[in-house]
Amino acid sequence: MARYDSLAASVGNTPLIGLPRLSPAPNVRLWAKMEDRNPTGSIKDRTAISMVDDAEKRGLLKPGATILEPTSGNTGISLAMAAKVRGYKLICVMPENTSPERRQLLEMWGAQIISSPAAGGSNEAVRVAKEIAAKNPDYVFLYQYGNPANSLAHYTGTGPEILADLPTITHFVAGLGTTGTLMGAGRYLREHRPEIEIIAAEPRYGELVYGLRNIDEGFVPELYDASVLTRRFSVGAEDSVKRVRELLHVEGIFAGISTGAILHAAIAIGKEAVRDGRDADIAFIVCDGGWKYLSTGVYGSEVDTATEGLDGTLWA
Amino acid sequence: MAIEVRIPTILRPYTKDQKSVEASGTTLSALITDLDSQYAGMGERLLENGALRRFINIYVNDEDVRFLGGLDTPLKDGDSVTILPAVAGGSK
Repeated sequence: MARYDSLAASVGNTPLIGLPRLSPAPNVRLWAKMEDRNPTGSIKDRTAISMVDDAEKRGLLKPGATILEPTSGNTGISLAMAAKVRGYKLICVMPENTSPERRQLLEMWGAQIISSPAAGGSNEAVRVAKEIAAKNPDYVFLYQYGNPANSLAHYTGTGPEILADLPTITHFVAGLGTTGTLMGAGRYLREHRPEIEIIAAEPRYGELVYGLRNIDEGFVPELYDASVLTRRFSVGAEDSVKRVRELLHVEGIFAGISTGAILHAAIAIGKEAVRDGRDADIAFIVCDGGWKYLSTGVYGSEVDTATEGLDGTLWA
Repeated sequence: MAIEVRIPTILRPYTKDQKSVEASGTTLSALITDLDSQYAGMGERLLENGALRRFINIYVNDEDVRFLGGLDTPLKDGDSVTILPAVAGGSK
């Protein structure tokens, strides 16, 4: 079906696209779940609509309400869209070291931005947002890191869509941030394919992002349940940049940088399957398109230059 | 046997500000014991009651040890070990 009653209703049902040239072997296939095809161009539209729907159902969100969220990008953009179509205001708390496109997009959709310090990355944004929420009980704090409606969007949407399109799935690879995608889609897929491997690709940033003052300030999202995962990889900027460029040059898919990290893990898994003589159908998430990252130069310059440019930024 | 261990900023006061150090051990547990003997206090920053601290992640060749063998994860010459604090990370 290609007709929808509203923009919000058109979230999800994204295509799953085979990668005939990047797949490591004819019996070890890679499949890209194209989440850039959502209304604001990222997988976070699912999260945003699901959290807003849930808060409306529970009577937390009333007309004219103000939503508060720590987000340095896609979730904010998605929530700004949802807020606009449903008649809410949105305040985003975001680290100051995010790409200018994100800031412009948020402002364009009508969000108010409060900056949090660059050092500490999203950790600081979460901390600042929690403080503001405590002082302003009128604000509706949806909190993607701990809101079950986030992972539920993937349990009822992303997961079933992938299984319907790829019943022979053996591996699911996604990025680890709020952990919503992996927890939701991962649980659904394992319930229906008990042998499936659920693999997390976690972006490894420059040192600034890990600049905690104290180890006790560390953060694990409330949604995270390690038992859902089979393996978890840490992928640095250089590998992510190389892979996102490979995806563009070999398969013609223009994706954001975090997708490079996910593809890197997916290809590693694929090569292991080839080495072990196993068949595999590996589905991975394309989180968003590359448009918001053009200013980073990662699609044009030398890989070394591109990687250096990402140091100190929140590239995924 | 030499294994490169990458040290996060927050633990560098223990390693005289070195970003990476060499240590040895045939398991992660043995490696941490060796690290602690070279850089006193490191062991206590990484472990609590004999288990990895909640906000510490350790990766062997970029894979999270909690999904390998935990502290029993085997190590061999040339492996790379990365220690990182658990953080909310990037843009969400």
